[in-house]
Amino acid sequence: MPEKEKKQGTNISRRNFLKGVGTGTVAATVAPSVLIGSEKAADAQTGDAVASATIQLNINGETYQVEVEARTTLLTVLRDGIDTGGNNIDLTGAKLICDRGECGGCTVMVDGKSVYACMMLAMDAQGKQITTVEGLADGENLHPVQEAFIKHDALMCGFCTPGFVVASAALLGENANPTLEEIKIGLSGNTCRCGTYPFIFDAVKTASQKM
Amino acid sequence: MASWGEASESRLIGKRITRLSGKDKVTGKAKYTFDINEPGMLYGRILRSEVAHATVMGVDMSEAEALPGVKAVIPLIEVDKKVRYQGQEIAAVAAETDDIAKDAIRLIRVDLEELPHVVTEEDAMAAGAPEIRDWAGNQSEPGVREEGNIEEGFAEAAVEVEATYHTPVQTHVCLETHGHVAKWEDNQNLTVWASTQGVFGVRNDFAQRFELPANQVRVITEHMGGGFGSKFGPGLEGHTAAELSRITGKPVKLMLTRKSEHLVAGNRPSMTQKVRAGATSDGRLIAYDMKGYGTGGISSGAGFTGPYVYYVPNSRTERFNVATNAGNQRAMRAPGHPQGAFAMDSLMDELAEKLGMNPLEFRRINDPNEVRQAQYTLGAQEIGWHRRNNVAGSGTGVKKRGIGVGSGQWGGGGGRGTEARVTINADGTVEAVTGTQDIGTGVRTVIAIIVAEEFGLDTTDIRVKVGDSQPGLPSGGSGGSQTTPSVAPVIKTAAAAAKQKLFERIAPLLDAPVADLRVGTGTIYAVSDRTKTITWQQATGQLGMESISEGGTWEEDLRQNGAAGTQFAEVEVDTQTGAVRLIKIVAVQDCGLAINRLTTESQINGGVIMGLGQALLEERFMDPVTGRMLNANLEDYKVPGTFEIPEIKSIVFDTHRKVTGVGEPPCIPTPGAIANAVYNAIGVRIRSLPITPDKVLDALAEKKA
Repeated sequence: MPEKEKKQGTNISRRNFLKGVGTGTVAATVAPSVLIGSEKAADAQTGDAVASATIQLNINGETYQVEVEARTTLLTVLRDGIDTGGNNIDLTGAKLICDRGECGGCTVMVDGKSVYACMMLAMDAQGKQITTVEGLADGENLHPVQEAFIKHDALMCGFCTPGFVVASAALLGENANPTLEEIKIGLSGNTCRCGTYPFIFDAVKTASQKM
Repeated sequence: MASWGEASESRLIGKRITRLSGKDKVTGKAKYTFDINEPGMLYGRILRSEVAHATVMGVDMSEAEALPGVKAVIPLIEVDKKVRYQGQEIAAVAAETDDIAKDAIRLIRVDLEELPHVVTEEDAMAAGAPEIRDWAGNQSEPGVREEGNIEEGFAEAAVEVEATYHTPVQTHVCLETHGHVAKWEDNQNLTVWASTQGVFGVRNDFAQRFELPANQVRVITEHMGGGFGSKFGPGLEGHTAAELSRITGKPVKLMLTRKSEHLVAGNRPSMTQKVRAGATSDGRLIAYDMKGYGTGGISSGAGFTGPYVYYVPNSRTERFNVATNAGNQRAMRAPGHPQGAFAMDSLMDELAEKLGMNPLEFRRINDPNEVRQAQYTLGAQEIGWHRRNNVAGSGTGVKKRGIGVGSGQWGGGGGRGTEARVTINADGTVEAVTGTQDIGTGVRTVIAIIVAEEFGLDTTDIRVKVGDSQPGLPSGGSGGSQTTPSVAPVIKTAAAAAKQKLFERIAPLLDAPVADLRVGTGTIYAVSDRTKTITWQQATGQLGMESISEGGTWEEDLRQNGAAGTQFAEVEVDTQTGAVRLIKIVAVQDCGLAINRLTTESQINGGVIMGLGQALLEERFMDPVTGRMLNANLEDYKVPGTFEIPEIKSIVFDTHRKVTGVGEPPCIPTPGAIANAVYNAIGVRIRSLPITPDKVLDALAEKKA
């Protein structure tokens, strides 16, 4: 990089960065005296090889070949996975929210049933039909649940919405005409913090009438 | 004087309009910061202290640095310095995958020398407690306020109540954790995708932090997954993401873990208040004496309202902060109000009972707000107030029902500081651009509604761009329920100015004076001669190679400060299990002109649901022994789920034709209304939130004994 250009950029060095750490209440305890750790960038060095395997997953009707470790979850593959051709899978509709099978933000359908993708190992998803929120619509035609969610404003920030949409579609797949109580039970594995529940219930009811 | 016009003339404003972002959100296409996948992107993680109070003796990052796939490890605290709460940052890593980053974090060796900690208010205030910050006895200087003469007030009182009310620390639980994706170009231009409520504030913060000109920092927040007051600045995690990116020369994504979100990303402070209050025999609140405190962790800011809403001529209040070894508080949806309202509305009911007065009647006497007076009538009808128990707890059977009321008040009048442009292109397309952000309240759609109304178009005809600092059209942070009242007037005047320019261009064509021109639905016509009509497309076609692009001004007449609210709750308490089931909540919420009635209802529902979580479920549990939060997850920290949702009747109480923000106020009256309903059901008062089954059973047992 030419020297001239460099001067227009940030002048922050690593030492300066640490100095500025904790400009809030922590500032009083952080004096710019001692620096810990190494100044050199970390290099990858030899480590134990991690067990991995190349597997095939059927997602939204397409086959993906992807290398995964034993610990890799289905959710990690959907969101962060890179297939063996080097392409990002990039199905980021399913979200990691609680990271422990509590909130339903990562809900996908596996063989038609709601599953927490954060709780399923990618290797265990082999040979199954995985449907994510991206795969629910039929081309430009939205799934009735999706239409109803828009109509009833069954979303605010929208972060939990993909999970709710998939869980609702799966619910209606099992029970075409659920009562309010059955909707609450069916969606009890999903959490919304904005508080969209009443309109979600309305949306599922409307969708059930259209399906 | 600028005006929104009459309701009868509005085609879109005040109607139920579906969100512009709806389709992207239901199909998974909407990209949040968490969803950004940049080529070559690294994953950042932060190692945090598990100890609440300690001196850092050493940090060894060598093993982490040596792990294959790790690209950078940086310290975030220095040796000899102190950590003062669980979750405080120690070091950060960037690695090729998130799993590797996780592994690397585990390889950092931290040597901490533990210091005595205090994580509860009681421990912090106990004699001989270790002082953890610059406050004697871990207590800040109290703030004292006096009005009237408290002694004279009590002398006039016919009845008195003395009680202590408590609300615990709550956490925001944003479903998208705080986080950023940072990307440098040539060490000069920094782009940050930020999950934030304040795009421009974050931009300026990064510019300052990295000593860059502000115009070399771009902050993007296309969609964000909840903030509730906790997401105004980039925080150390944002700076760390940018620093890791700067060192490695690669984009870095760094999102907080769910646990960290509970520990360090803000919380609603606790409140404990001891209050003595008196009322006259004819039902006037006459004296109020309160002393209270709260903890905002290691930071200050644990304020709460009191007295609240109701008029009391003689009062004395004293409030202070208690320091604990816990993460900093941050603004949380109507900061200070729901806890203060819970205490005040509980107190009001206790006084009313001593007076032998209907609590609604007692409120009518003491509430000077005319809007709320009307809301009391409407809400009482909707809930069926006459069905409540005249004698609390007099219902028979195991499951007892009760009805209660609570109140709230908020500002939400907006302010200056928003720049916007509305552009009409020759092909008829329209763009509206401003630097605000849609945090889930639907401001994108609000903007489209205003512009579409002005131009006689549909909302889907308007391309709205928000959540990006790049166009250089600043707007303030989304806090204080200020977004719509800040943005709407500017959009309205910008659209009106653009329309005026278009009218001037086509007036000669229509052979009509500019003042005669009006928009129809997709048309422009002369009001004096309706045969002079052209379509929108024909009109804009006159622009040739030009566009019309106009800015707006914040016209104060288009918005108003002040949003009154009242809520009524009906509950059913199982006297054998102690469980409180909500039957129905009626929320009557003043909001002035609701530009989008549909999303306004969503906001009211959302406020009520957050309020019922505070009333019945939510509490941060700190372990005094280990100094750790015991429920820093979504399993043990309970937020409302489908089973907790009662019938909610959200009434948009639009009293005038001026815009008032409504994001925060609907969460204020809920806990008080529920607490009063529980009392009405079982005849025992729970003065500490959340009203959990154990507290109900304890209270019932005490009553029996």
